[in-house]
Amino acid sequence: MRKFITALLATMTFVMVVPAFAVDPTELEDPVLQERYKNLTQELRCLMCQSNTLADSPSQSSEDLRRQVREMLVAGKTDQEIRDYMVERYGEFILFRPPFSGRTAWLWIAPGVLLLIGAIVAVRIVRHRSQLVDADDEPLDEDSADDSPVQGSTHNR
Amino acid sequence: MKINRFVLPIALFAVLVVLLALGVQRLPQKGVLQSPLVGKPAPEFSLPNLMDPSRTVSPSDLKGKWFLVNVWGSWCPTCVYEHETLMDIHRSGIIPILGLNWKDENHLAMQWLQQRGNPYELIAVDKEGRAIVDWGVYGAPETFLVNPDGIIVHKHVGALTPQVWQRDFLSRLPASNSPSS
Repeated sequence: MRKFITALLATMTFVMVVPAFAVDPTELEDPVLQERYKNLTQELRCLMCQSNTLADSPSQSSEDLRRQVREMLVAGKTDQEIRDYMVERYGEFILFRPPFSGRTAWLWIAPGVLLLIGAIVAVRIVRHRSQLVDADDEPLDEDSADDSPVQGSTHNR
Repeated sequence: MKINRFVLPIALFAVLVVLLALGVQRLPQKGVLQSPLVGKPAPEFSLPNLMDPSRTVSPSDLKGKWFLVNVWGSWCPTCVYEHETLMDIHRSGIIPILGLNWKDENHLAMQWLQQRGNPYELIAVDKEGRAIVDWGVYGAPETFLVNPDGIIVHKHVGALTPQVWQRDFLSRLPASNSPSS
């Protein structure tokens, strides 16, 4: 147990320290651009590591792509123009938030559909159970009284 | 009624298993992305020539021929692995290779070529990785096949091996470029 706690603490320290080694030291002079830069690099994917964003990837290509984003921002390009530029060269996979299209519709719709199915199932179960409670008001039939005398005996008739 | 309760979840689970199994099997090159640049004109660049920095190298230098563009760097371990294949291609004389030397130091790149041999017809130095972004490159090595009209026909991510070369590159070249002629 002690070992486990030590390990846990060690892991937590590591997790807490990571943000201190921010990969990207960029500070743009214009705070508005800096904000847009931050948002863009957080929604573009590092294709080398694939589960990291550009903002937190130390790879060579991410370094180049961040510079590209920076330069395009300073040159007055809109966020959409920058996204389009990246998609033209790297494909839609570079966007962490894929655009809604025929091909990606299922991606966007599936969670809602699944949630709906879950909700319907949950409602049905709850309804079913509350019906059981209602039914339980009636005296136990003889079969169940025979099978479980303990349960039967706790019931007040 | 008892059976019904379990049939649906088990059926759903089975469907999920089948879908995942298909996904794993059908995507042997998981994580390797099809470049949207395939079928498009090769992006232009004009970069210093590694052999003679006073001159520049550009893809249009090789226009009118089939050629390869190979992204490499002396810092790239997989490039060591594919180097022998590049040398074989070079020796076969089938197709010229334009080297795109990415984020490297000139003297390290030169040293590498002296040690292992130079498979490249021309080498462009992309120290800052600008052409790299234009070409949609995200790692080294990557190899592009460009046709005489300057259109990218194929892109391979990762090391070139004789198998990959046969399967994905030679098969796309016209017969006049085949090694037998």
